[in-house]
Amino acid sequence: MNGTSPHLHLPISVRLIMFKVLAALVPGIAVYVWFFGAAILVQIALASAAALAGEAAMLRLRGKPVGLFLSDGSALVTAWLIALTFPPIAPWWLTVSATLFAIVVAKHLYGGLGQNPFNPAMVAFCVSIIAFPALMSKWPAVGFTDFSAQMAVVFQSQSAQDAVTMATPLDALRTQLHVPEARATVAGVLGSHASFGNIGGKGWEWIALAYLLGGLWLLQQRVITWHVPVAFLGVLALIAGGFSLANPDRYAGPVFHVVTGGAMLGAFFILTDPVSGATTPRGKLIFAAGVALLAWIIRTFGAYPDGMAFGVLLMNLCVPLIDMGTQPPVFGHKDEQKGGTP
Amino acid sequence: MLASLFKFRGGVKPASHKDESTRAPIVRAPLPARLVVPLRQSAGGTPLPLVKAGQKVLKGERIGAPEGSFSAAIHAPTSGTVLSIEHRMLPHPSGLSAPCVVIEPDGEERWIERVPANYAAESPDALRDLLRDSGIVGLGGATFPSHLKLKPGASGRIGNLIVNGAECEPWITCDDLLMRERAGDIVRGIAILRHIASAERVLIGIEDNKPQAIAAMRAATARSEGIEVVPVPTRYPAGGEKQLIRVLTGIEIPYGRIGPEFGVQCFNVGTAWSVHRAVELGEPLVSRIVTLTGNVERPGNFEVLIGTPIDDLLALVGPKGDTDRYVMGGPMMGFTLPRTDLPVTKAANCILAASPALFPPPGQEMPCIRCGACTRACPAELQPHELYWFSRAKNFGKAQEYHIFDCIECGCCAYVCPSNIRLVDYYRFAKTSMRALEREKNASDAARLRFEFRNFRTEREQKEKAERLAAKTAAARQAIAGGEKPAAAAPSPAAAEQTPALPHLDEAKKALIAAAVERARAQKEGVQPKNTDNLAPEKQAEIREIEARRAKVREIAKTPPEEPV
Repeated sequence: MNGTSPHLHLPISVRLIMFKVLAALVPGIAVYVWFFGAAILVQIALASAAALAGEAAMLRLRGKPVGLFLSDGSALVTAWLIALTFPPIAPWWLTVSATLFAIVVAKHLYGGLGQNPFNPAMVAFCVSIIAFPALMSKWPAVGFTDFSAQMAVVFQSQSAQDAVTMATPLDALRTQLHVPEARATVAGVLGSHASFGNIGGKGWEWIALAYLLGGLWLLQQRVITWHVPVAFLGVLALIAGGFSLANPDRYAGPVFHVVTGGAMLGAFFILTDPVSGATTPRGKLIFAAGVALLAWIIRTFGAYPDGMAFGVLLMNLCVPLIDMGTQPPVFGHKDEQKGGTP
Repeated sequence: MLASLFKFRGGVKPASHKDESTRAPIVRAPLPARLVVPLRQSAGGTPLPLVKAGQKVLKGERIGAPEGSFSAAIHAPTSGTVLSIEHRMLPHPSGLSAPCVVIEPDGEERWIERVPANYAAESPDALRDLLRDSGIVGLGGATFPSHLKLKPGASGRIGNLIVNGAECEPWITCDDLLMRERAGDIVRGIAILRHIASAERVLIGIEDNKPQAIAAMRAATARSEGIEVVPVPTRYPAGGEKQLIRVLTGIEIPYGRIGPEFGVQCFNVGTAWSVHRAVELGEPLVSRIVTLTGNVERPGNFEVLIGTPIDDLLALVGPKGDTDRYVMGGPMMGFTLPRTDLPVTKAANCILAASPALFPPPGQEMPCIRCGACTRACPAELQPHELYWFSRAKNFGKAQEYHIFDCIECGCCAYVCPSNIRLVDYYRFAKTSMRALEREKNASDAARLRFEFRNFRTEREQKEKAERLAAKTAAARQAIAGGEKPAAAAPSPAAAEQTPALPHLDEAKKALIAAAVERARAQKEGVQPKNTDNLAPEKQAEIREIEARRAKVREIAKTPPEEPV
């Protein structure tokens, strides 16, 4: 129907937004491949195929136009984020089943595009790390970038896996600081471990930088707003900085926290998911600050190496409440809310 | 002094497409063969016709009287003969029809006697009446009667007069051209408006994409004290009344409130121009400038008599072959005309020929992903996506809580929505539903009130009757007791009137008996509701028959049986 106004529309679409997000991930993926090998590309392909297949099946079952929704790009964004948060040498079936879980349960059982209260990629991550903690903490050792060897691990044709894996920087730091008799310090652990680079983990700081680049482009493209990344990275750095100042031996510094693990990816690509995140400007600040706080607590004191995913899901729960409580005043009603008449 | 500008939040920047229709000066449209003048041309009541079929009228002659205060008069746009007064379809989104005066022009354009007024010598009230009788309404498109907007608020004056030359809708250029060509007359009209409103300051807001209009208006106001031309940033909807007031004064007027409460009021430049014509030339509003643009060969602006069929105008500009519809107003807020044989009204600022190439239909509607683009674009600072969910779920209470009535339907949200959701349609649906519910509620409230009052009245009447009777009884008793004493102590004059005198004992007794009978009858009537009223005659006959049978049975029962059974 063309009868009613407005008769003009910006040539913009959900598909365009989703593909901009995918494009913004490309620099990060390129650096990832450089440091950790091409296995991640295979993981992305596996996750994408699983996501599209799951999406198509669910759309068919729900009687929705398959072609229209399949091409909207949202399933691919979920798939790529799953692949990028999973270990690049995770077994293929884990990536595939986690992606299917994300699409089928976390997305479509809640009503599909635009209806899911939880970030599907983070649901996949949390379910997998709880169900398969060992597999999910198996990261390739530094220098283990040989594609065929990586593929052998992914597709489990060999069983010489332990030799090529190691803990991530966050994991190593948490484990060693948690052993009281080891008398480890942050500086000591960072200096001793092969997975650590100059600032974050080896390679991690560069990947984080590439994600940052992509994120800044999304900001410039007005796909995301500044509120979430600034609040998240700011609060994470603030908490980490405060504790690190108080006890530098026990708590890693702000720069380490910001450039390692899922922090930068989360700040620009995961927390910014509009569907499951807060929508008001103040709500976005609260949401992102909450994730930062939870992530830091879980990273520092929890049983899991990275708290990003748990932080996101827990804050997803609070979104309706946050949105309700942070409604900005409407044009002309500002003075009313302050309690006076203009 | 340069006024400092405030900002309004939100807004969008669609391509302006103003150049197409600003290349040529305003052209007077030729006199059509027929004029169809709708009697209802303001956001108010429908004026009553003052003419009859066959009657000759002069140009500017009043043919419709303003109905009540919330209306403005209607005039014959040219001299000629009234052919008929009949219901015709109006250019309106719903295609509603209303009484119209059909006039056949005689081609002479003979005016009524035009009486110019010296506004400075007139009282504001007299000028307001003059504007109402000259049919002056807001020419920005809302057609709100201007005389009503000039009523000062509590403070007795309107401090700031805002003149709207922003013209922010793409494609429309009628105000732009008017300012370029007739700035002097506009400023004269502004002076009249200012006089009526006793305004201290006048701010003329013009979007900065109209440098010629700004220059012309600046030149025309150069020697005026307290009038300032202020270029405002080009961003739709800068010409929205509330947005322009915000930009120029910082004052935000919420829904349900009016400018004078805040010491500010806003008029369109076209309105100011017609005010000048009405007051200083004695010419009522019989024509307006219409932009004809879009998918046409020769776009431009035309001075058009009210009532001219749109088809006649389209012939002047040559619509291209692939034109699929015509929009009245701009592409952001205009509506698709149901037909093109409809007349130009005072609200018709632009007729826009649309084609699929020029205005591509939006893509397939997708689910809302809460991306927030609509929120960033909303000049009313609403949360359009929340309103969308509430409207969709018919959760009208919530929608109202989130200020849905503050929505000005500017279309910014739907313009930017990546999911191509027709957001404004959802709000229109919610608002209309809520208004309908409100009407229903009011109707049922009124019915309940009527019912309650009826009960109250019945009760009161019974009580009064009982009191009257009691008084009568008391008077009678007294009369019996006091022998010949008249009932002087009748409590109510009504009772006294009904029993003018009780000189005799017999009469008093009679009255007592009559009162008792009356009481018994009233009681019987009051207690026993009759469900046998309002029945069909056959039914009533049947009932009568039954009653007769019963009476007969009773009669039989009364007579003792001859033999014991």
